Amino acid sequence: MCLGIPMKIVAVDPAGTGTVELDGVRHAVDLTLIETPKSGDHVIVHAGFAIERLDPAEADARIELFRSLAESRERDGDGG
Amino acid sequence: MTTPDRILLAHGGGGRLTAALIADEIVPRFGAGPLASLPDAARLPGMAGGLVFTTDSYVVQPAVFPGGDIGALAVHGTVNDLAVSGAEPRWISLAMILEEGLPLATLRRVLDSIRAAADACGVAVATGDTKVVPHGQCDGLYINTAGLGEPIPGYRLSADAIRPGDAVLASGTLGDHGMAVLCARERLQVASGPVSDTGTIHRLVRAATPWAASVRFMRDPTRGGAAAVLNEIAGGRPFGIALREDALPFAPAARSVAETLGIDLLHVPSEGRMLAVVAPDAADAILAAWRALPEGAGSTRIGAVTAGPAGAVVMETLIGGRRLVDMPLGELLPRIC
Amino acid sequence: MKYVDAFRDPAAARALAGRIREAAAPLAGRSRPVQIMEVCGSHTMAIGRYGIRGLLPPHLRLISGPGCPVCVTDAGYIDAALELASRGVEICTFGDLINVPGSDTSLAAARSRGAAVTVCYSPLEAVERARRDPAREVVFLAVGFETTVAPVVSLVDRAAAEGLGNLSLLTAFKLVPPALEALAAAPDLAIDAFLCPAHVSAIIGADAYRPFAGRHRRPCVVAGFEPLDILYGIEGILRQLDAGEARVENQYSRVVTAAGNRRAQALIERLLRPVDAIWRGLGPVPASGLGLRPEFAAYDAENRHGLRVGPGRDAPGCRCGDVISGRLTPPECPLFGRRCTPASPVGPCMVSSEGSCAAWYKYGRIATERP
Ligand code: SF4
Repeated sequence: MCLGIPMKIVAVDPAGTGTVELDGVRHAVDLTLIETPKSGDHVIVHAGFAIERLDPAEADARIELFRSLAESRERDGDGG
Repeated sequence: MTTPDRILLAHGGGGRLTAALIADEIVPRFGAGPLASLPDAARLPGMAGGLVFTTDSYVVQPAVFPGGDIGALAVHGTVNDLAVSGAEPRWISLAMILEEGLPLATLRRVLDSIRAAADACGVAVATGDTKVVPHGQCDGLYINTAGLGEPIPGYRLSADAIRPGDAVLASGTLGDHGMAVLCARERLQVASGPVSDTGTIHRLVRAATPWAASVRFMRDPTRGGAAAVLNEIAGGRPFGIALREDALPFAPAARSVAETLGIDLLHVPSEGRMLAVVAPDAADAILAAWRALPEGAGSTRIGAVTAGPAGAVVMETLIGGRRLVDMPLGELLPRIC
Repeated sequence: MKYVDAFRDPAAARALAGRIREAAAPLAGRSRPVQIMEVCGSHTMAIGRYGIRGLLPPHLRLISGPGCPVCVTDAGYIDAALELASRGVEICTFGDLINVPGSDTSLAAARSRGAAVTVCYSPLEAVERARRDPAREVVFLAVGFETTVAPVVSLVDRAAAEGLGNLSLLTAFKLVPPALEALAAAPDLAIDAFLCPAHVSAIIGADAYRPFAGRHRRPCVVAGFEPLDILYGIEGILRQLDAGEARVENQYSRVVTAAGNRRAQALIERLLRPVDAIWRGLGPVPASGLGLRPEFAAYDAENRHGLRVGPGRDAPGCRCGDVISGRLTPPECPLFGRRCTPASPVGPCMVSSEGSCAAWYKYGRIATERP
């Protein structure tokens, strides 16, 4: 029910707004729902609002897990 | 909800409602002659040497958008309709409806870009008309152009000639124009967003002439996007079309915004691209000829014609699933869900 | 796209599909298929968009739940919005709502007759509209689940801060956990497990499903909206079912925490209070919605414009209710694809692009034709 895309914060304004970026495209965003937002943080953006932070360590760990699943599967010769 | 008794915005979106409006209201009245097959441009019968005729109206809001303006668009769109009909564009007409209060600077900019676009395509503005309506009766300016072109020998285009095994080609990234206009219009506060692909494809048609006999069908994916064109091709015919999602060409900026707004780029208009269905043995040669031109640099094979399911456009998704690529409904709506 | 494309990797998807088949094998002998409900419409959309159903073994079924705020919004709500529009109020809405049929007509149809209906991507655009013409009343159609609630209700703070007296909200916010309870209370619940929403959970936290999972002994797995997230979530559910477990598992840990977004929760708590809500498909569910607290009545469109959202008339023959509660799959509705299509939707499930019927229509007809 709630489309949301991870974007990177590139600017934080004092008023609680800021700018986020995804593949070069920059969007104005409301950051008031995020505790101490900083440039470089990744956030999930929904309807023009950052609704939560994305934890890069967790994301990378999951990407790594998926990569290893794919590799071991291909090694075992079972393409699925 | 039954059929609406008023015109809705979606009737103009190039999707299902547009198709229904044309089928219910236009074809029964005017469908006896060249209009019958609803071509982008009509081959006029009984003209010596043959003549191809088209018309299109331009109401884009805002009139100036990243990558172009309504003037360039009004030339490109009409030239492209001639080109995908296998014609060399020659002449266009220019009719403008101006709103009282339109800044002269805007009009000049638009006229300059009409001139530049027409020169670049080698077409001449042969006739024209200007009307002014009271403030509030149109939104800035609307343009209609009609175009006349000469058939290029060798092209015998018909979707009925399409066979299973044929290749489906795209001449570049899809959906950039629609996303650029949407970003400019919806006050999305987007910076460095998508840039319209508005431009012409007639040189691509020219470049493919050596293989003209192998080209079954060409269309520029404007309103309704590639999904509408491909569904029109396959609809009611004894073959299907299979796309591969990993082969679809999308520009990063258009993709970024489409993901953000929940819009399927296959539903989004381009204004300087074309899709072609060609015999499989000519596909690589045509792609190479296209790629040699700047406007065709991003040309690629996006799918193939299949024996079935008949009438359907099916996509193999990124992860190896399959889904239907449906006709868009009409209006492009940013959604949150 | 960083943190997006990596979760759409084809090789990993193949590997996960294989692991799902393995994990599903021990469940193949049951008398009926394993049924997993994806509660959230964005999951429904992604499942359709990536053709995920076709990757699953035949005895595993995904059922779309009540997770589309448009589909569960009663026709009477649209009627109230139309009534406001007919009084000259400017209606600001997410694009999702504008084709939804009310009892008689839709906002798109009203717009074609001259009603002021503005499609917004962000609720903040409504502030801009209200600022532009202080003499004109602006109403934002405040629908959505927990994810959308905080962004929308923050309009109240904006309006107060700017002293805008012409902006109000027509609220029909809905809450997911009470809906799950209502679903599970049905005596014929044939759902084995729940795939829990990604971004709702970002707000409410994964722990919010604990009481439910414990009480009803159903695995609840929070998963992201990318295809690998969904596949891995399904695998997690199957492994729980294999082991006879019924836990809450948070597989969207890159975004969802156990406790959720406390700032959003605090905002919601300060401005809103739980109210009973009518869900299309589920009927009235106690404390399953949110309305403005009485101290903010000036921003409540019902109060401000003296109108009550009453029950609407559903289109005759529409089985949205059964579809939303998982009792029917869309093609089992006799109107599906015949009288009811996205071009002329009979029920709301066919309207919202994430509505179960629309998602099946758009994406599902091929995938469901199993060889
Ligand atoms: S197919 Fe149409 S009528 Fe049937 S349940 Fe879905 S929305 Fe209602």
